[in-house]
Amino acid sequence: MSQLQRTPLHAAHVALGARMVAFAGFDMPVQYSSIKEEHAAVREGTGLFDVSHMGQIHFTGPGSVETVERLLTCKVASLEPGRVRYGLLCNEEGGIVDDVTVYRAADEQLMLCVNAANVEKDYRWCVRHSPEGAEVRNRSAETALLALQGATSAATLGALGATAVAELKRFRFVEAELVGSPALISRTGYTGSDGFEVYLPSGAAVALWEALCAAGARPCGLGARDTLRLEAALPLYGQELDDTTSPLEAGLDRFVKLDAGGFLGCEAIRARREAGHSRQLVGFQMVGRGIGRAGYPISRDGRAVGVVTSGAPSPTLGNSIGLGYVPPALAALGERLDIVIRGRAVEARVAETPFV
Amino acid sequence: MGDYEIPEELRYSREDEWTKSEDGRVTIGVTDYAQQQLGDVVFVELPEVGRSLEKGEPFGVIESVKTVADLYAPLSGEVLEINEALVEAPESVNDDCYGEGWMVVISIADPADQSELLDRAGYLQHIKDRADQDQ
Repeated sequence: MSQLQRTPLHAAHVALGARMVAFAGFDMPVQYSSIKEEHAAVREGTGLFDVSHMGQIHFTGPGSVETVERLLTCKVASLEPGRVRYGLLCNEEGGIVDDVTVYRAADEQLMLCVNAANVEKDYRWCVRHSPEGAEVRNRSAETALLALQGATSAATLGALGATAVAELKRFRFVEAELVGSPALISRTGYTGSDGFEVYLPSGAAVALWEALCAAGARPCGLGARDTLRLEAALPLYGQELDDTTSPLEAGLDRFVKLDAGGFLGCEAIRARREAGHSRQLVGFQMVGRGIGRAGYPISRDGRAVGVVTSGAPSPTLGNSIGLGYVPPALAALGERLDIVIRGRAVEARVAETPFV
Repeated sequence: MGDYEIPEELRYSREDEWTKSEDGRVTIGVTDYAQQQLGDVVFVELPEVGRSLEKGEPFGVIESVKTVADLYAPLSGEVLEINEALVEAPESVNDDCYGEGWMVVISIADPADQSELLDRAGYLQHIKDRADQDQ
């Protein structure tokens, strides 16, 4: 096995007794004490995640906006400085290279925050589709990212002096000083709860982690991050999305400027829509006993019709939920599906998303 | 390595089950080590009463939020009782793995099978050896 990478907070996780797992080439904490408790900390209080494994790609200088506009499915030129948008990088076949957030710091200064597993692929993709001489930099290694998520996260961050963040609206960001270091703070997250993501130089990560813990934030691992995002029905690259998925099959229509066009993959996405999609991502709740997990077949009347992409017990709802692909004809709310769990068909129903 | 409660009076399988033998009836559950490794247990599937178990065969499933693990029969025998309460309260496996978190009671076919089970010291050594292998 090749050597796993470590975030600047690795030693802090180990000292806290976290169970560490390999994720996207990094040795990451999956849980500190209990996924259920960490999940509840975010829904009711403040949870703190180290997501420094994620990547940051910066575009600066003349032409940056046009370059990123062409790379992303979301509108970029209309994004005002200080705002964030969710969008997709798509390939020429209309498949998803990655799902990302784009930050506009100034007129010609943009940052993409990308999935850890895709940093190298995305960076190569961005460079390949940027004009010669464009300034595109992968600053993932020098950047730490802490996600402070939860109902009381604004107060927790305020306790460190960043009181202005309480006024910050969703999908906006400010640059501020935290623990003596420059930081970029956005009101964004991947949990379905209120929260912030804080980007800062790697060298300042430990000081901010410790200060936030001292202010009452509870360390949370990737296990809780997964159950939280699943309750919010937020897709995870590698599970709901991959290089072959059309954004429309995944229900991400509102992040695709299909009318305006002019982005990579646009023609193919339109063509695939015209041809008709064979599958659609749906949320489901288990009716029978069991947990429909990623990779389990979905059947209907004994016939295989699809596959589960994510599934877990929902700590908030108390029963099991999941996401999966089924034919569009079976995607209506309330539609009966069976999840095949260890060879046995267990009843589920197509459910409204987000689940909570 | 973490801290595990491994009672002296029980016998253990290499698949992290504990057994407690009383008059030919053997109660089976999972160890403190197993429940700590699994994390929050959310689902337990047990065999039907009356089923014959072959030593080493999977007889049930235990699921935590993140993982699915098979339960392996530590001994051959017939299932006499199952812990129905785990259907509604699987968290008992975390809260009280040697008490309310018990899984099944079996009648053993061959008492000599038990000689292959580990005592406390042997099981702790087994945990340690396995952890060393993973390093």
